Amino acid sequence: MAESTSAPGRDLPGRDAPALPTFAVRALAFARACFDGPVNGAITLGCLALLWWLVPPFWDWAVTRATWNGNANACREAGGACWAFIREKFWFSIFGLYPYEQRWRPATMMTILVIMVVASTQRRFWGRGLLVAWAVAAPAMLVLMGGGVFGLDPVQTRLWGGLTITGVIAVYGLALGYPLAILLALGRRSDLTLVRWFCTAVIECVRGVPLISLLFMAAIMLPLFLPEGVTLDRLARVLVAYTLFTAAYMAEVIRGGLQAMPRGQYEAADALGLSYWKKMRLVILPQALTITIPSQVNTFIGLFKDTTLVVVIGVFDFFTTLRAALGDPNWLGFATEAYVFAAGVYFLLCFAMSQYSQRLERSLRPGAR
Amino acid sequence: MKWSMLAAAAAAFVSLGASEALAGRDLDQIKQRNTLRCGVQGPSNPGFGVPDSQGRWSGFNVEVCRAIAITIFGDPNRVEFVPVTTQSRFPALSAGEVDVLSNNTTWTLTRDSNVNRFNQPAITFYDGQAIMVPRRLNVTSARQLNGATVCVQPGTTTELNLADFFRANNLRFTPVVIADLDELRRAYDSGRCDVFTNDFAALAAQRTLLTRPADHVILPERLSKEPLAVTIRQGDEELTNIVAWTTFALIDAEELGITQANVEQIATTSTNPVVRRLLGVEGNMGESLGAARPDYVRQIIRTFGNYGEMFERHLGTSTPLGLERGMNNIWTRGGLLYAPPAR
Repeated sequence: MAESTSAPGRDLPGRDAPALPTFAVRALAFARACFDGPVNGAITLGCLALLWWLVPPFWDWAVTRATWNGNANACREAGGACWAFIREKFWFSIFGLYPYEQRWRPATMMTILVIMVVASTQRRFWGRGLLVAWAVAAPAMLVLMGGGVFGLDPVQTRLWGGLTITGVIAVYGLALGYPLAILLALGRRSDLTLVRWFCTAVIECVRGVPLISLLFMAAIMLPLFLPEGVTLDRLARVLVAYTLFTAAYMAEVIRGGLQAMPRGQYEAADALGLSYWKKMRLVILPQALTITIPSQVNTFIGLFKDTTLVVVIGVFDFFTTLRAALGDPNWLGFATEAYVFAAGVYFLLCFAMSQYSQRLERSLRPGAR
Repeated sequence: MKWSMLAAAAAAFVSLGASEALAGRDLDQIKQRNTLRCGVQGPSNPGFGVPDSQGRWSGFNVEVCRAIAITIFGDPNRVEFVPVTTQSRFPALSAGEVDVLSNNTTWTLTRDSNVNRFNQPAITFYDGQAIMVPRRLNVTSARQLNGATVCVQPGTTTELNLADFFRANNLRFTPVVIADLDELRRAYDSGRCDVFTNDFAALAAQRTLLTRPADHVILPERLSKEPLAVTIRQGDEELTNIVAWTTFALIDAEELGITQANVEQIATTSTNPVVRRLLGVEGNMGESLGAARPDYVRQIIRTFGNYGEMFERHLGTSTPLGLERGMNNIWTRGGLLYAPPAR
């Protein structure tokens, strides 16, 4: 049916598209590929042996001998994984030290956060409306958590914890850091010497320090230098440090994208008489940001996992609440379960980010539009 | 749009933190704020301070802070617990993030002096590095351990104390160093080493997690002295007194046989002047100390019981930690707990 276009001028008979191979055929081809020589055969057998060695004992521990209900003694008798421990501590790992009677507040806040984040990932919502929604939701969520108005009991930020605080730090830090990163990246390539120096200095200084020491400075050292009477909430200080760190790392990724743009794009925009900001907004940044999506997501995922470092200043993030749960005298000795659970949750969230970025990349590719 | 969002968020934060002021004497500041900020060991410390499944702190150190809050405010709930790590505890105290540390900090000269400008008014728990061995080795003293393989955490004073002890006694040993305590315990449990050493309270907690806890014995020697004390900033005499005499009251109550169950009855019927003074029935001890109410000790004991009751509830033989009283017993029963007279 399809006309051959590859060799114009020659009149070849049309051909049907090849039939899709059946499952059996594909499986056979796969098996053949796995054993198509002594080396590949040996590697395949080695991998199978490794799986045989790893999977059954893990399955035995995690499923067959696992305990889903009951207390620590039931777990110790069964000898397998103690998922009852995770069940007992599940909501604690979500809400941390937040007052028990008030847990509906972080629950509502998390729901709003998830809805906002999911909405933001859908291209059809992109626009002014979404920005307005964020401008309303972002302070509203903080007020809901912090209270002190509308009859809500005030809750100190030091009590915010669990997956809630991980979400707050990651979303607010990344959302505030991203625009800052774009400005820093543009500034570093600016023609204005002072702006360029300033942006370079900020990026290099922040990037040259480990996040953990930046957090420590922000949380513990900063109050010592502040004038008397001037105070800033600890979580706010942590967020500022994390935002700066995010911005410095992202700025370099975005700068890579800016530099990858062919000169012709800049010149074409100039030729159209676009101002600097219009040129960046309409021509350069959309392309530069699109081509750097893989490294942006790479940095995002790294930064997301870095949120666990806030434990050094006593913030109980998701991972730390699980570690705190390990100290419960009634549930001593279930560290493996907690770490497996934490690894699973972090993997799910990071994997979702990675999958989303791949979808975004496909839909933003020039050819796909 | 972004900027308005940022400004709104910043405003929300600043208003939340508005009560954090760094001025004036510590006790005045605590009273002005109406809460005591108590630094506890984070993420958790079994028996001493642990958040439960509902996020509420409980444990021995936690109750010590609540008892101090009773003395200051007459209310055990006016405490904010701030988790601190071993790295962040001293900067947090210096910077005023916390008012007191109740987190198993060892009393040492450099901490309690002009170098660090802290003050450690009273010891709440006597710990010390101890040695655990399997019962089948038939060892009764650490001096019989020549040539032993020892499981120890690297880079700690524990490791240094161990080396000191063996050298001082002319003994040889092979260290097995593993940083993670859980992994270290598994190594000992599987027989990779003959000896497991750590601070006594931690070692006792680890023993409960062995396959057969009863097959292991903690030897009587202590390789180090670790008197754990409540720590505050230097320079506030009134707060120092309150911390010290709250701790002493717990100890005194146990020595005098005053318990959670009988405190009300004793307060009304006792003719012993020492008891009557302690419980605020006569005299003005509460006023001298600057306590919120004259019968603050009575309220503390009614709420938490005496030292021994707090110990048994969180650390004692009926708990998973199963600690013996040992050094942490009243002096009349062979321990080290000795409170100066309340008069």
